Amino acid sequence: MLEITNLHATVDGKEILRGIDLTVKAGEVHAIMGPNGSGKSTLAYVLAGRDGYEVTEGQVLYQGRDLLELAAEERACEGIFLGFQYPVEIPGVAGMNFLKSATNAIRRHRGEPELDAIDFLKLVREKAALLKMGDSLLQRALNVGFSGGEKKRNEVLQMAMLEPSLAVLDETDSGLDVDALRVVADGVNRLRGPERGILMITHYHRLLGYVQPDQVHVLAAGRIVKSGGAELALEVEDTGYAPLTGNHAAA
Amino acid sequence: MSKFDYSGAFAEARDSLPGQGLPWLDTLRARAIEQFTEAGLPTIRDEVWKFTNLRALDRDLYAPAPARENGIAVGDLAPYLPADLDCHRLVFVNGRLRADLSDTSALPQGVRLTNLAQLLEDDPDAVQSYFPDDIDGDSPIALNTAFMTDGAVLTIDDGVTVEHPVHLLYLAAPDEGPASIHTRNLIIAGTASNATVIESYRAANPGAYWTNAVTDIVAGKDANLRHIKLQSEATTAFHLAATRARFADGVAYHSFVAQIGARLARNEITATLDGSNIDCRLGGAYLGRGKQHLDNTTVVDHAEPGSYSNEHYKGVLDGNAHGVFQGKIVVRPDAQKTDAHQLNRNLLLSEAAQADTKPELEIYADDVKCSHGATVGEIDDDALFYMRARGIDDHEARQMLVEAFVGEIIDTVSIELIRDHLRQTVAQWLAAGEVL
Repeated sequence: MLEITNLHATVDGKEILRGIDLTVKAGEVHAIMGPNGSGKSTLAYVLAGRDGYEVTEGQVLYQGRDLLELAAEERACEGIFLGFQYPVEIPGVAGMNFLKSATNAIRRHRGEPELDAIDFLKLVREKAALLKMGDSLLQRALNVGFSGGEKKRNEVLQMAMLEPSLAVLDETDSGLDVDALRVVADGVNRLRGPERGILMITHYHRLLGYVQPDQVHVLAAGRIVKSGGAELALEVEDTGYAPLTGNHAAA
Repeated sequence: MSKFDYSGAFAEARDSLPGQGLPWLDTLRARAIEQFTEAGLPTIRDEVWKFTNLRALDRDLYAPAPARENGIAVGDLAPYLPADLDCHRLVFVNGRLRADLSDTSALPQGVRLTNLAQLLEDDPDAVQSYFPDDIDGDSPIALNTAFMTDGAVLTIDDGVTVEHPVHLLYLAAPDEGPASIHTRNLIIAGTASNATVIESYRAANPGAYWTNAVTDIVAGKDANLRHIKLQSEATTAFHLAATRARFADGVAYHSFVAQIGARLARNEITATLDGSNIDCRLGGAYLGRGKQHLDNTTVVDHAEPGSYSNEHYKGVLDGNAHGVFQGKIVVRPDAQKTDAHQLNRNLLLSEAAQADTKPELEIYADDVKCSHGATVGEIDDDALFYMRARGIDDHEARQMLVEAFVGEIIDTVSIELIRDHLRQTVAQWLAAGEVL
């Protein structure tokens, strides 16, 4: 599904990713852990196609195609979803309208008919109920005045609506209390399936207690320094990042 | 000194102007043309005109549009009317009432909606009291006073609620040669009356013309007046308009001005808050592209204690467009406990677009709450990326962000069908040009 080979990327001329190799197969859940500044979010943005993140070396194949040639919106339409660490507040755009535009953009791309207002509303309510999100939250301007937990639930709702093939979740667990964490984790688990890949980027192992990863990778200074099974997350929990990264970086 | 012979144009038009022969009006018009001829059009050397240069208007003589047959029929009006909205309606073509296009059949008791030319024949004394001997304001107001051909006169008796909006449609149908259209409107809202007035300025065809409109408003105690203006002139047109409003105790006046037309437009509102507990809200949106120049200039004058005013104007500027907002707030020595706020926000969609914003506070009382703010920014990259990362293409995402930016201010308009009309207008504006 996703094959990253020797990926180097710079931001503002500074090299952040320094040769990442990573393969995610359909049906797998991978976790990427690492200290602050290790390049986790940069990797997420590069995969999603954000302007200003320049790939200087290496390649990324997604479903056998060169991902880096696609614009951000094309990637989304092809099934890549980035769950934002800091979901953006957009005053004046109602969450519901935003979600409808996104859903229908992706349906158009897939050659499916657009959902009319009634079918759309029905689907949203169904998905939102699972995340314990009421209508009032969806009628409001997108993310404006939402608590941290509400924003993250909203991300998971969008993911549930858009049904991506590859979900890249950038610290979706940060800033959540235990209840919210469980709701979000349930959302991620519902998405799991033999045809989907999930890449969870996280600073802490917390989320991994609820979403069991197939593989865990530790990222440090722009490279994957160690990969292993779910037990690697526990090792990080016990010892911190320092022994793995071989330097001063702290957990 | 006026550059062109407006005085000669006046001598030519004088005998055909309404109310001709009324001594007070003849005198007023004569003094007005003298005043204009003396002053000429304002220049950027005048402080209040420093961002809006009328040089292009001063390249020709814009003689008053002649009264002439034009082929506009009732069936042609649909594009200029807010859909599904029942209104009492006056239609002016080239500054003169077209009774056959108007509809005042459903006006409630206690409301008179007529036109200035007619009223000057029927009841000139009633009109005179609203025209002081002194011609205040800038020279375009003087020229309007000299040439005023017609306009709406709306009077609402005490305690009367006008349920349906009053729609005043000013349609320009320029033919040969540069022409000017001088409309003069009068709105008298009685004590505790309640009404909505919509002014729309549109063109049936492009051409060189200059709309020079003046609207005077007097609102009595506790009157509730909503005033919406849609300036959607041809992009070949000049549009200068001055609204001068005076409010008594307890008046609620909510104005909304949308400007999307004209090559150069300036809408001035001077609101005198001559009482307490007044709630004066001035909102507006201006959308410009190409070489359009759109100016909103306001003066809110708190003359008495304990009133509230709030201004919020938003501009979207593309291409080489130039937006101007000038907001002056005056708080007189007696106007303690004044609560006055002002905000101007601009979204620039291109490198060459420009916004000038100038707040001006003159506060002579010490116990007041005043705030002002202005921003000039571009489309938020974070928001754009967020939307694109959800599959919404760049073009649609930008449109949604612009609609959201303007939508926030449109939402303050209280009548849903007018909000819809304004939103559609914005969507059409966006669809008409690339948003990059």
